[in-house]
Amino acid sequence: MPIQERRPTAPNKDIDVVRLRGLGFGYDDRPSVLRDVNLILPHGSFHFLTGPSGAGKSTLLRLMTLGERPQTGRISLFGQDVTQIPRSAIPAMRQRMGVVFQEFRLLDHLSAFDNVALPLRLNGERPRDYVQDVAEMLRWVGLGGRFEALPPSLSGGEKQRLAIARAVITRPRLILADEPTGSVDRAMGEKLMRLFVSLNKLGATILIATHDEDMAERYGAGLLRLEDGYLRQLVPSQRPPEHQPHPEGAAV
Amino acid sequence: MSANPSVIRKPLPVPGTLLPRERSGERWLAAVIAVLCFLATLSAIGALAADRAAHGWAGELRGEATVQVRPRVDESGPTAAARAAETLSAVQGVEEAYALDRKASERLLAPWVGEAVLPDLPLPHLVVVRLDEKHPASAPTLSRALAEAGLDASVDDHSLWRGEVERAAGIVTVLAIAAFVLIAGATAAVIAYATRAGMAAQADIIETLSLNGASDGHVAGLYQARFGKLALSAGVAGAVMAGLAMALLRLLGGEAGLTPALPVRFSDLLAIVVCPVLAAVTAILAARFTALAKLSGRG
Repeated sequence: MPIQERRPTAPNKDIDVVRLRGLGFGYDDRPSVLRDVNLILPHGSFHFLTGPSGAGKSTLLRLMTLGERPQTGRISLFGQDVTQIPRSAIPAMRQRMGVVFQEFRLLDHLSAFDNVALPLRLNGERPRDYVQDVAEMLRWVGLGGRFEALPPSLSGGEKQRLAIARAVITRPRLILADEPTGSVDRAMGEKLMRLFVSLNKLGATILIATHDEDMAERYGAGLLRLEDGYLRQLVPSQRPPEHQPHPEGAAV
Repeated sequence: MSANPSVIRKPLPVPGTLLPRERSGERWLAAVIAVLCFLATLSAIGALAADRAAHGWAGELRGEATVQVRPRVDESGPTAAARAAETLSAVQGVEEAYALDRKASERLLAPWVGEAVLPDLPLPHLVVVRLDEKHPASAPTLSRALAEAGLDASVDDHSLWRGEVERAAGIVTVLAIAAFVLIAGATAAVIAYATRAGMAAQADIIETLSLNGASDGHVAGLYQARFGKLALSAGVAGAVMAGLAMALLRLLGGEAGLTPALPVRFSDLLAIVVCPVLAAVTAILAARFTALAKLSGRG
C-alpha cells in the first residue's frame, strides 16, 4: 500500500466533507440536468454514485470540483460554503481533493512520472521530496517500468491507472472518481478498488461514479442513484465502521 | 510508504515543462520579435544620434555671433569694423572678436557670385564674434556696447537659425522616440496575440493544470516565462544585427562620411543591451496580463 500521510492534517471529523443543498444545474440556463439535489458526505464515508448514462453523474462531480457553478442551491466543501467562492480561492480547495476523470485528463507531453507528480509540483514540492512516493505509487499501480512513457503510448487501462495514481498521490481528504475502473480488467479493477478502500480507512471521503450497482454491496459502501436529475440514496455508507454516515443520512 | 534505496541513488528526474512547446509557431514569433527589436534598436540609436546632432549644431551656432558695421561718414569701413572688434573684445562673455577683411569676405562669396564681379561689389563690413561657451554675451549686450562706442551696427546671434535647427532636430528625436514606442506596442500586441493563441490551443492542458490545483497566477507565470525567454533571445538576435549595421555605418562613414550628419558613437551600441531587455519585459507583462484576463473570463 503506497499511501502515507504526506503532510500533517487534522481534519475535523464532525464537519461534513461535502454538503449539497437544493442543487440545480443545466447547460441552458435552466436546472434541467440536476434538480434539487441534496447530499451529505460525512467525513470518512464511502459512496458509489450510479445512474443511467447522461443522468448527470459527471456533472455532479464537476460541480463538486468547482468546475461549474450551480444555478440554484448551495455547495459546501470541508465545512466552507463554496457556492460563490472567489476564483482565487479555488486552487487551494482543489488541492485538498483528488479527482479521477472519466476521460483521464492526462498531459500527453509529460511522462507518466511527471503526470503523477503534477499535483505535488503545483503544491510547490521539490522533486527530491516526492520522487520516492511517485515512483512507488507508479509501481503499485503496475506502471513500474513505464516511468518515462508518454500517455499516448499507454493502453486505456494504463492511462486509467495513471490517472488514479495522480488523483491519490497527495493523499487527499476527498476523492471523487468518475468510472475509475471502466477501462481495466477485473483483477486490476479489484486492486484499484482496494486502493480506494485503503484510502477510505485512512480517513478519506470517497465518492465513485459507476454503472456497476453491485460495487456498493461488494465494498460495503453507500449507494446513491441519480435519475431524471434527482438524487436518491439506496444504501447508506457502511465503511469504515468508525465512519458511519451523519445521522441526517448521506442523502436527503 | 517504505523508502526504496534504488530510487534514491538515481539522479533526480528533470521535471518536464508543464506547457508543451509549439516549435513551428514559436519560430515565426521569434522572427517577428527579432525584426521588431532590430527596428527598435535602430530607432533608439537614431534618436540618440539626432539628439546629439541637434546639440552639436545648436552649440556651434550659439557660440558665434556676426556683427555688421555701417561706417559713419567720417570713418572708413575697415576702421569702423576694427573699432567694433576692439569694443566687442572687451565685453564680458566674448572670447574673441575680429573684423573680417575684404579678402576673407570675397573668399566666402566667390563660390556663389564668381570672382569676376567681386571687386565691384559693395561688401558689408563684418565682425566675427566668438562667444564664451559657458556664459555667452547676449545680442542686446553686444548691441549696447557698440552703441555706447558710437558705432552703427546690427548684431546677428544666429538665434533664428538656431531655433530652426533645434526644432528640426527635436522633430527627428520625437519621431524616433515615437517609432520606438510604436515598436514596443507592436511587440506587446504580438505577444498578447501569441499568448491568446497558445492558450486557445492548450485550453485542455490549462484546465487540467487548474483542476490539479494550479492558480491563475501559476498558469500565467508559465506563459510569461515562455514568452519572456523567447523575446529575450529573439531580441538579442535583432539588436545585435542592428548594432552590426550601425557599427558598419560608423566604420564606413568615419568623420567625413555619413556620421557628421548623424553622429553615431560606439557608446550608442549600449542600446543593444537595453532593447532585448525591454522586449523581454514587454513580453512578460503582455503575456501575464493577457493570460490573467483570459483565465478570469475578461479576455
